[in-house]
Amino acid sequence: MALSTLTFYLFALITVGSGVVVVFANRLIHAVFALLFTFFGTAGLYVFLGADFVAGAQVLVYVGGILVLMLFGVMLTNRIYDLQILAERVHFKRSVAVVGVGFALLATIIFRTPWQMVEGVEPASTTVSIGRLLMSEYVLPFEIAAMLLLAALIGASMLASRDNEEGDL
Amino acid sequence: MAVATSHYLILSAILFSIGVAGVLTRRNAIVIFMCIELMLNAVNLAFVAFARHLGQADGQVFVFFVMAVAAAEVAVGLAIIIAVFRNRETVDVAEVNLLKW
Repeated sequence: MALSTLTFYLFALITVGSGVVVVFANRLIHAVFALLFTFFGTAGLYVFLGADFVAGAQVLVYVGGILVLMLFGVMLTNRIYDLQILAERVHFKRSVAVVGVGFALLATIIFRTPWQMVEGVEPASTTVSIGRLLMSEYVLPFEIAAMLLLAALIGASMLASRDNEEGDL
Repeated sequence: MAVATSHYLILSAILFSIGVAGVLTRRNAIVIFMCIELMLNAVNLAFVAFARHLGQADGQVFVFFVMAVAAAEVAVGLAIIIAVFRNRETVDVAEVNLLKW
């Protein structure tokens, strides 16, 4: 087995293993830290796929932004060692059935399709082509995403601020 | 020899299924949030795998849009969770059923 394949499986194992921990951990704080490893594993896979800029953005946005926000959410809302609600699970058998059917469907589609890969394309640095696409072909979605982020941040600060006493949210 | 695209797609499908399982079985709103992030990550992985598969950068551009939506969703969602927690003292989604018909 080639070294590259081995590395892929290592990263895949990290990602899936910590993903399972996120779902099944009893303590919320364990789940958040497992999510950290999932994000890092995914970033490693992006590097492996030749997507260097996306990997950097993954670490910056997910680990630096979203995960810190999650940690704040956990710290602000929870008595962390209150296990009663946290460990509880509902609809376990039905959920397993739904997930099993969904995964079987996806796997069937993936294995039935003959994937013809474009060979001989060496992964070059993708930053230039991403920037060019964002500013030419995808400039309208780019601007819409910017407006969405602005609106979301204003809305979030409005929702979380303590000042609005008139309505009970 | 590079790892085949189907390997990445299967990994993405596994991650997505884990996320779905978490959303369906857990009752803590923050854990449900993290599982949604897990699913978005799985989709991103599939996008990047297809970008390499087709030899184009378009898939990687879409990853940025997914990231932007994920960031917006987390900001608003956590603000809502904190507001609900302030009023009801709970993050259990089974107890927050005011909008449920």
